[in-house]
Amino acid sequence: MATGFDPSGRLPDVFTNAGTSSFTQFLSQVAPELMPGRRPLPPGTAANLAPHATTIVAIAASDGVVMAGDRRATMGNLIASRDIEKVHPADEYSLVGIAGTAGIGIELMRLFQVELEHYEKIEGVMLSLDGKANRLAAMIRGNLGAAMQGLAVVPLFAGFDLSATDPAKAGRIFSYDVTGGPYEERGYDAIGSGSIFANSALKKRFRAGITVADATRLAVEALYDAADDDTATGGPDLTRRIFPVVMTATAEGTHRLTDDETAAIANAVVSARMENPGG
Amino acid sequence: MAMQFYTNIDQIMRDRSELARKGISRGRSAVAMTYTGGVLFVAENLSSSLHKISEIYDRIGFAAVGRYNEFENLRRAGVRMADLNGLSYDRRDVTGLALANAYAQTLGAIFSDQQKPFEVEICVAEVGITPADDQIYRLAYDGSVNDEPGFMAMGGQAEAIANVLKGAHQADMSLADAVKLAVRALSSVGGDGGAARTIAANQLEAAVLDRARRGRTFRRLTGSVLIDLLNGNGGSAAAPPSSTPKPKPSGNGSDPGGDKAAEGKESAKPPAKGPDKPTSSAGSADLE
Repeated sequence: MATGFDPSGRLPDVFTNAGTSSFTQFLSQVAPELMPGRRPLPPGTAANLAPHATTIVAIAASDGVVMAGDRRATMGNLIASRDIEKVHPADEYSLVGIAGTAGIGIELMRLFQVELEHYEKIEGVMLSLDGKANRLAAMIRGNLGAAMQGLAVVPLFAGFDLSATDPAKAGRIFSYDVTGGPYEERGYDAIGSGSIFANSALKKRFRAGITVADATRLAVEALYDAADDDTATGGPDLTRRIFPVVMTATAEGTHRLTDDETAAIANAVVSARMENPGG
Repeated sequence: MAMQFYTNIDQIMRDRSELARKGISRGRSAVAMTYTGGVLFVAENLSSSLHKISEIYDRIGFAAVGRYNEFENLRRAGVRMADLNGLSYDRRDVTGLALANAYAQTLGAIFSDQQKPFEVEICVAEVGITPADDQIYRLAYDGSVNDEPGFMAMGGQAEAIANVLKGAHQADMSLADAVKLAVRALSSVGGDGGAARTIAANQLEAAVLDRARRGRTFRRLTGSVLIDLLNGNGGSAAAPPSSTPKPKPSGNGSDPGGDKAAEGKESAKPPAKGPDKPTSSAGSADLE
């Protein structure tokens, strides 16, 4: 039998070899071309080739976390998409949002979701929240080469920590930079081009110990403030009824607010701003 | 050149078959069947942490009998293959048929090429929109695949168990009836002199692929849920409640994976241990 020729069609050995429970490590062996950071890029900046997605905020509340993201993706001065969704559930108890190059960001989010689900199926138990945060850091670190050529992606990760001893501190937020992370944040954080304005707004509005319900309003306010000062961040689109994606993670799992619920919050925010534009 | 003794290939294959069949028949049994709410798996399993029934993907479940390390190896390969296909294409493109084919080829290659065949028998099931769309595949130690509509049994005395199922199975049974039938079938053999016996809830492993769920449909039936179903207290045609808190159903999350996480699976958390579960190791003969 010629070497390298396997007529049986069976699953290759790499599938059946005992080894890691990490899907990204398995993927790097069996199909490295599917890994976002592995493809070699020619020199030069690619920053203007792809749309960029901006401004995600996360707030830690007494009974969980809230993460919200605006809906705009820009390419230079043009709006590439007005309803892109940048916040997704990573698994049943955690949320991830991305800022930066939209295409790579979406791919990384998908891969991260599969990574977490894969571990859970292989091992039979969910990863700890810190474990998930670390895995995400490894994936971002793997994208550093592309990031240096202008295709940077930075996530924001938040979740409900099932093993937290103090339930009021079960909502946790982790931020990253292009070289990895994670950095645990207290209270709130924002990423993206509008993050400076969102962070400033949250600095003034945030009170420790608020509920998830109040935090959702706070998040939409912060996004409104970011959109007010950053052209790359989109405010609520009342004519098309496109509102920020708002998701929560609590003891009951992740939940995305329905369009009607976010519409109600966004309309309330806009009405209040009619009286006082600065909020 | 060393002298090589000639052995009839036929003989070699027969011996391997013999080995595999004996290994499988020594172990405990498992059944899979459709019911109105999805697909049910029930296996006799003394361990509460070493599972014979597992999730492969959203609508695909896996059950096996035989040697634990061998079927565990295949299970992991199946999960990897399913996740790889789901990532490369889409979650909806991962099918039980593709998995059954991959297992068939792998088991066949192992049977022909390796000194010792895998002493395992595997069931791959995919839950459909209606009971008629459910698929149950049986994979034997030599890679042969059979489509088993409605129900199947594997392990020691599979034929006797299957006969019990054949008499009473209906595709639109409720979950409680299906569980009771499965346990009746499993306990109809294996007692003294081949008589019937009782199998307690803590000696069973049970799980369903719940037709009505979106995203990941696999759920284990453990603890009080299983006991209620066996005693006929709980369990309607609808999905049984679990002892752990149920996540609220979320609004429509878009892809990637918005639906999946929103459903929340109780077995994601380590299930609460039942009070009297015996501990066993992977090497324990009880598992086989």
